[in-house]
Amino acid sequence: MTLDYETLKVIWWLFIGILFIGFAIMDGFDLGIGIVLPFIGKTDDERRVLLNVVGPTWEGSQVWFVTAAGALFAAWPLVYATLFSGIYIALFLVLFTFFLRPVGFDYRSKLPDPRWRNSWDWGIFVAAAFPALLFGVAFGNLLQGIPFHFDNDLRSFYTGSFWALLNPFALLTGFISLSMLTMHGSMYLQLKTEGVIAERCKRTIFWSGSLFLVLFILAGIWVAYGLEGYRIVSIGDLAATPNPLKKVVETEPGAWLDNYSTFPWFYRVPVMVLIMTLLTLLFSRTHRLIFGFITSSITISGVILTAGISMYPFLLPSSSHPNNSLTIWDSSSSYMTLKVLFWATLVFLPIIIMYTSWVYRVMRGKVTVKTIRDNQHTAY
Amino acid sequence: MIPEEIVDLSRLQFAITALYHFLFVPLTLGLSFIMAIMESTYVMTGKQIYKDMTRFWGKLFGINFALGVTTGLTLEFQFGTNWAYYSHYVGDVFGVPLALEGLVAFFLESTMVGLFFFGWDRLSRVKHLLCTWLLALATNLSALMILVANGWMQNPVGAEFNFESMRMEVTSFGEVIFNPAAQVKFVHTVAAGYCTAAMFVLGISAYYLLQRRDSAFAIRSFTIAAAFGFASVVSVIVLGDESGYTDGEVQKTKLAAIEAEWETVEPPAAFTVIGFPDQEKMITEHAIKIPWVLGLIGTRSADEEIIGIKDLLEVHEQKVRNGIVAYGLLEQIKAGQEDTEIVSKFNHYKEDLGYGLLLKKYTEKVTDATEQQILQATKDTIPNVPLLFWTFRIMVACGFSMLFIFAFSFYLCTVKKVMQHRWLLWIALYSIPLPWIACEMGWIVAEYGRQPWAVAELLPTHLSISSRTVGELYFSLAGFISFYTLLFVIEMFLMFKFARLGPSALHTGRYYYEKIGGSA
Repeated sequence: MTLDYETLKVIWWLFIGILFIGFAIMDGFDLGIGIVLPFIGKTDDERRVLLNVVGPTWEGSQVWFVTAAGALFAAWPLVYATLFSGIYIALFLVLFTFFLRPVGFDYRSKLPDPRWRNSWDWGIFVAAAFPALLFGVAFGNLLQGIPFHFDNDLRSFYTGSFWALLNPFALLTGFISLSMLTMHGSMYLQLKTEGVIAERCKRTIFWSGSLFLVLFILAGIWVAYGLEGYRIVSIGDLAATPNPLKKVVETEPGAWLDNYSTFPWFYRVPVMVLIMTLLTLLFSRTHRLIFGFITSSITISGVILTAGISMYPFLLPSSSHPNNSLTIWDSSSSYMTLKVLFWATLVFLPIIIMYTSWVYRVMRGKVTVKTIRDNQHTAY
Repeated sequence: MIPEEIVDLSRLQFAITALYHFLFVPLTLGLSFIMAIMESTYVMTGKQIYKDMTRFWGKLFGINFALGVTTGLTLEFQFGTNWAYYSHYVGDVFGVPLALEGLVAFFLESTMVGLFFFGWDRLSRVKHLLCTWLLALATNLSALMILVANGWMQNPVGAEFNFESMRMEVTSFGEVIFNPAAQVKFVHTVAAGYCTAAMFVLGISAYYLLQRRDSAFAIRSFTIAAAFGFASVVSVIVLGDESGYTDGEVQKTKLAAIEAEWETVEPPAAFTVIGFPDQEKMITEHAIKIPWVLGLIGTRSADEEIIGIKDLLEVHEQKVRNGIVAYGLLEQIKAGQEDTEIVSKFNHYKEDLGYGLLLKKYTEKVTDATEQQILQATKDTIPNVPLLFWTFRIMVACGFSMLFIFAFSFYLCTVKKVMQHRWLLWIALYSIPLPWIACEMGWIVAEYGRQPWAVAELLPTHLSISSRTVGELYFSLAGFISFYTLLFVIEMFLMFKFARLGPSALHTGRYYYEKIGGSA
């Protein structure tokens, strides 16, 4: 395999995808557990069980988010700059609510006062539910494109408003994300707990999984028949120095299915999402919990891939100036940066997965109310 | 033209969030090592008290760590949200150490921190110790990556402007990583972190000693902090990063500004201990000087000269004029005249393109700049001298005070006379804020001293911002200030509570409040 510039641009699409999938799976169940915390945990002890299920590992999971953002910066600086400055208010709302999570986890059980603990529990809920929803909303907006353009110096201007981000399609994808992560978090929770908590998880998995399934199909129909997709009409050399002002793009309802029509094999991905969700519901019911967690993780990967395949090679379409849309071809970093980071990722990602698995092995086993009572002062 | 108000608000927001983040970082950097030292002693001697020490200081570490992580997250995104043009212009270089920080360091750090707190009963002693050491090393590696990124802003080596993509692109990663400005900064910053943690442990241990409780626990912590702190403060001072101020034009300017060196004098230059710099008149009134010292510190030699501000201004004026030429040629190229003659002429002048961009503050077209505007842009290349002069001296004063405290504490530990010098214990207790003041002042010197540049000589700060509105900036700024104030109050409340409680917080039944049956 020759690592030419064009190939590297494609590889980096895969890598960023992997990092975001890693984030969605690993931090996804932390978020999911945060969402169900005040509901599945009825007593203080029960809530502490939920928190301690993720206690030893959530910090590591959160780094997927940080690393994905860092890699986005390094591999696609224009996407990082245009997207984050464009969705300014929305992103700060995510970050502000995100603040409550590390602090909530670490501080909640340090004082016995029930008001203190209850406040933090709702803080953790907000820090989970809100970002889970908004990540989905962000995806919905990526699919529709956001209004931005560049001037001659490649300075970006976003011309939409915060409220425009909360449009019907984006809210639909927002609830897809919310229901999916609720299912995923509850699945992990069912795996790591027993008794009444695990029973409650089963019910949550059933209704959140079913809701997810319906919404996902709905979004699929919308993308196929209603939503304007984007298509490159002409672009220069794909290996050229990136500059997003040198191509022509058109929009058309259903254009997001181009890649699926060209390679019908890809239809297996969304179909796989449907099957894996049903399997997750089944495995939760029949107590094949490890399988349930695996199928739930595949569901998440499938959802991200489904959207990714639709959009490829687009990264950030512009709804106001389609020709200024950002694609992997014209918003990547330089050849050298992509290459150096390619090798770094190839070396370090397996190492990360290795020591992360080791930690999960060390911390294996169920967390019970007894575990909490035995470790009153050290547990979360 | 970019509205100045948005530039100022963006800068204010970044300054607040970065300075706030750095309230927690230095303690994490140093305390992780102190914990690793304590736990190593536990594993080697098998004495329970060292395990208790590791766990107690670990508890305070955890309270601090939560906010360090929270506030670090913001910074990772803020380049995109508020400094979009910066992110585009230098992301090809600057993004790399940030991505590597995640891959190489922060993942390891965050994974190990979980095992540090939750792994005591599940890991063998040696394996747990390994986790603690990995935590400490990863934390420091993380700092290295961030300072490589920051060092590049101070002295941008190993990269070149590409007019096709309108941005800086990497030419040599080796140069970016081994950038002398970054390396010196790294050593100085982590050593400052060790000092901070040592002062923290020293001061809180002194508090227990003053109260005559948990003495065995306190004196051991005090001793480790004194030794570690003494070594660290010597490193901070000796490796003080003025030595890194000779690489790169902006670093030289910063050095001249810190020292209020208006004129270039015969080497080695004298050091102005105190004085009142006047930026308009370019003189320092009532200056008290020590001969030779500045030259020796600044250049590590007796015959290299430190260039004064007046001479720097002359050089910068020429660079501004070259920058105008470079900008004009770039405009021609962008308009489609890519013939080799123009391109090669542009390549000749492009080194000074950034100086041309300074004029964007005064005229959109740049090439039509008046003499008046050129002089104004030249003047802009010198940062605020009195501010740098004073912040630097406050930092140094804090550093030398700590040198005295650590040296004397360490000496008393070796002769076992700590308890006879209660005054020193009081000083240690009330000196806990010193390292924080020094750290914050240090960052102000480093980053304020970099102005008017976001990236030295390449990209002016006022061009780096995102195209947002004043209202949106007030929204995010208000959000930060209210959240950060709230979190700070909560953090300080818990920190004081557990620091006062001391090792009794571990509920082992061995310490003060548990023995007398009371609770705090």
